[in-house]
Amino acid sequence: MSSLGRQHPLANVDWLTVIVYGALVIFGWMNIYSAAVVDTHPNPMDMSQEYGKQFLFILISSFLGLMVLYMEGEFFNKFAIYIYGLFILLLLLVLAIGTTVNGAKAWIQIGGFALQPAEFAKIGVGLMLAKYISNTKAKFNNWKTRLIAAVIIGVPALLILLQPDVGSLLTFVAFILALYREGLSGNVLIIGLGAIVFGVLSIITGFNKINYPFFGEQSGVFILMTIVFVIGLVFMLMIKNFVVPRNRKKLYLITILSTVAAIGFSFSVNFMIDKVLAKHQKTRIYVTLGLEEKEEDRSEMSGDAETAEAADIVIRSKNDDPGYNARMAKIAVGNGGFFGQGYMQGPMTKNKYVPERWTDFIFSVISEEWGFIGSLAVIGLFVFLIVRLINMAERQRSQFSRVYGYCVASIFFLHLLINVGMVIGLAPIIGIPLPFMSYGGSSLIGFTLLLFIFLRLDAERLSVFR
Amino acid sequence: MNLDGRRITIILIVCVIAIIFVIRLFFLQVVNSTWKEQATALTEEEIPLYPPRGIIYDREGRMLVTNQTVYNLMVVPKKVQPFDTLSLCNLLRIQPSDITTLFAKAKARGEYHRPQLLVEQIAPADYAAISEQLYKFEGFFAESRTLRVYPQRAGALFLGDVGKISPGEYKANPYYTKQEYIGKSGIEKAYETELRGIKGIKYAFRDNVGNIKDQEGDKEDQAAIPGTDLICTMDADLQNYGEKLMQNKRGCIVAIEPSTGEILAMVSAPTYDPNLLVGRVRGHNFNVMTNDAQKPLFNRATQAQYRPGSIFKLAQSLTALSVGAITAQTRIHCNRGIIGCHGNHSYDDLEMAIVHSCNPYFREVMHRVVEGNRDPKSRFRDARLGLEIWQGYIQRFGFGTDLHCDIPSVKTGNVPGVEFYDKWYGKEQWAFSTIYSLSIGEGEMLVTPLQMCNMACVIANRGWYVAPHTVKQIGIGGKPREDFLVRYDLGIDTAHFTTVVNAMEKVLQPGGTAWRSALKDIVVCGKTGTVQNAGGKEDHAVFICFAPKDNPKIAIAVYTENAGFGGTWSAPVATLMIEKYLNDSIAKSSEAREKLIFDANFLDR
Repeated sequence: MSSLGRQHPLANVDWLTVIVYGALVIFGWMNIYSAAVVDTHPNPMDMSQEYGKQFLFILISSFLGLMVLYMEGEFFNKFAIYIYGLFILLLLLVLAIGTTVNGAKAWIQIGGFALQPAEFAKIGVGLMLAKYISNTKAKFNNWKTRLIAAVIIGVPALLILLQPDVGSLLTFVAFILALYREGLSGNVLIIGLGAIVFGVLSIITGFNKINYPFFGEQSGVFILMTIVFVIGLVFMLMIKNFVVPRNRKKLYLITILSTVAAIGFSFSVNFMIDKVLAKHQKTRIYVTLGLEEKEEDRSEMSGDAETAEAADIVIRSKNDDPGYNARMAKIAVGNGGFFGQGYMQGPMTKNKYVPERWTDFIFSVISEEWGFIGSLAVIGLFVFLIVRLINMAERQRSQFSRVYGYCVASIFFLHLLINVGMVIGLAPIIGIPLPFMSYGGSSLIGFTLLLFIFLRLDAERLSVFR
Repeated sequence: MNLDGRRITIILIVCVIAIIFVIRLFFLQVVNSTWKEQATALTEEEIPLYPPRGIIYDREGRMLVTNQTVYNLMVVPKKVQPFDTLSLCNLLRIQPSDITTLFAKAKARGEYHRPQLLVEQIAPADYAAISEQLYKFEGFFAESRTLRVYPQRAGALFLGDVGKISPGEYKANPYYTKQEYIGKSGIEKAYETELRGIKGIKYAFRDNVGNIKDQEGDKEDQAAIPGTDLICTMDADLQNYGEKLMQNKRGCIVAIEPSTGEILAMVSAPTYDPNLLVGRVRGHNFNVMTNDAQKPLFNRATQAQYRPGSIFKLAQSLTALSVGAITAQTRIHCNRGIIGCHGNHSYDDLEMAIVHSCNPYFREVMHRVVEGNRDPKSRFRDARLGLEIWQGYIQRFGFGTDLHCDIPSVKTGNVPGVEFYDKWYGKEQWAFSTIYSLSIGEGEMLVTPLQMCNMACVIANRGWYVAPHTVKQIGIGGKPREDFLVRYDLGIDTAHFTTVVNAMEKVLQPGGTAWRSALKDIVVCGKTGTVQNAGGKEDHAVFICFAPKDNPKIAIAVYTENAGFGGTWSAPVATLMIEKYLNDSIAKSSEAREKLIFDANFLDR
């Protein structure tokens, strides 16, 4: 089952994907330069500055990517388990000797550079999942398969949670999408979506305190629970009256279980928010749901706040204002207009209002300077890339390659979803990079390897059948 | 299990999310403009460029008001690094608590990142020492501003002052920002638009910590247009001399060139050095002067409303002659039964009645004007018709009006008419006998010294006046405002003035009430007045005059409060002013009079 080795290694490589990759990387670098440029260091290759370093990372990534293309695809199949193990070790190592940045012990310091193992761990998980599923011809209708897949994903996820790096953790949800393609029940997606909607409802109702008769002031979530309970009762009555007796028992059980689960879920969501999450995480969730500003309004109305000038209301230090980052990002995006403020011309970018503007918020820089057109182009390129990867995955004869391809596509999708969603105010502020565009060596190299391994596998699609 | 459809499902999920993002972006970037407004509010700083205020010169080209640079010490609290508080406080001569309270205030207003004013208006000499040290204190910087300075130290109320804009002024005029300065009185207020020039704008960026950076590209800066220089009507020497004459007195002098209406001097005593209301001392001095019992900030020349007294007999004479109630030859007995009189006379004609200031004569003159038997059936209705005519004539002199002058907040005085007395006594409840004190300038009649001087101008011109004004040229070599090129003609026959002018000439001749103030080589025509005072205080001394008799060059009104006889205390002031203005020096023969006036002190009366 090895490569036939008749062709040049770079034959059959999907160059269109490579071009899209190159376009995103170069465009990202241009915008990093715009966001980070210092007047005294105008050279884009100045190694003391972010843009210079990013240039170096691009060179390294290109080299590593090319190296991967020259490797045997079989290597990744054979060594999947070792690669997975290596990254698990790195994740353990970071917990032991990592340095802490922004509250997460996520970095291993090597000389002048810091390595973020979480960015690489996804490769390991992708390869390992592909290996497991393709080897065992696993079927997702049995619990054992589900459990093993969950363990493969769960172990690194748990280690990342210990850092704690909630952002990176969330991207592991991507693998569910890949598993769905391989037969995991669609109910998982539906239940997941339902849980998100119901969870949001729980948080919103739980945010307000309501003065109940007899019980005094309590969380508003009890109203929601009561409504769920009443709906449950109504279902029971409907079943009793409209369903033939032999089917009743099963439906009773389903209704009772889901009612209890729903009530339990909404209770635990609020418990999580109140007791488990750190204050800033809690605030971020409230800000995204538009609740935190309400709290602000209240305090402003009660105080005798003078009507300050518009600018003064907006500018507050980050510490005073939980919504600062989210609002600055939105203002920058909105300021782009249709055609953008022009490259290197974004006032919100140039004047440093946009937070973390060359890393997690690079998309707001693009939006401000390149406008709706630029944002559309970037989203378009990503959608093109993801859809192309899915279609490429589908054309694999090898299940290993297909599963891995789906993993790659799903990971890019989830990063896009969370990162862009955060910038345009549809998702909470979660610090994960925009693939290929955000500044950062670990993420660029990690994403490059992730993609190029699949390009290697794809190049061999005609010659292998694993 | 058939899994082929799942590819489509996954692609659909990706596309739906992408479409949601694109729609959201479209609303953020294209549909909704509030984000752009917020971005502009955040990042753009329009730095106003203040033009230098126009300079004011006197009619001889001497500089009266000019500008001086001072420095405001500003601080951006957010940028302040730990510093040597004590040495900074010593340097700026402030208390450490001044800084902490300012910071607390800035925080409360949500302006922690914006420049705050710590010390205002530091003089250039003091600033030199501060600027050397300032680099040590991160976050502190200086901003230059210009202040008014008055090299002649005279004409405070004539020139006016400049102060921080009040909330009312700010609301009324969109040109200004809340921190700006504006003319508050005098020429500074009346010619504010000319003097201030036009502000420029410098566009700059403000970054997230309040640093200001020059903006390139997009918006072009607008240069400031400097204020217009003015040549005012004042003669600085005459003004200075007038202020010296009025030292230790309450009252005022108004001097006008009759042919042009140009105000040559306007003294309101007690006076003050206008430099006292500038800069850091302004607030303190303003309070002190506001609370001063002598009211130095009160412009007596335009805002004090006095009863005119005997000088009013001139207007009465001209009115009666015009109406035809009397002729120049009309003689009336000095019947002192109804109204008192003074001096030794019994049956004067008009000229001599003016010279003697005969009260019964003028009572009868007004009697004939007001009760002209226009309604034979009722004395009351007759008086209503007569007073209406009388009031019309008196108002033609400018009494009861603002004279169309360019001095802010002048008072109009009061020329009581039918409406006034109807309100006071009730309709047809009054006749001449009720109101006869008007005839000698007492009673309800109120005039300002500016109006008195204007009457002198009318007589000097034999029948017309130009609205009194303070600015001769807007821009060097320019013209005054158009209203000041217009003559107001009273419509009184020039011949009637001859009698009055001749009488006024005799006032300064032996036997006249002001003969001691006569000048050797200049024929002065004048009229004295002595206005009684309620409460047993000394009378007010009044004098109006013009000179020379033919082709008059100057008309003057002098009002000295609680001084006594007009002939004794106000006439010499007026003639000394005339001498100073026309001869440029005081003759030996006048020196005794000058000393008498310099030394007189009526402040405690």
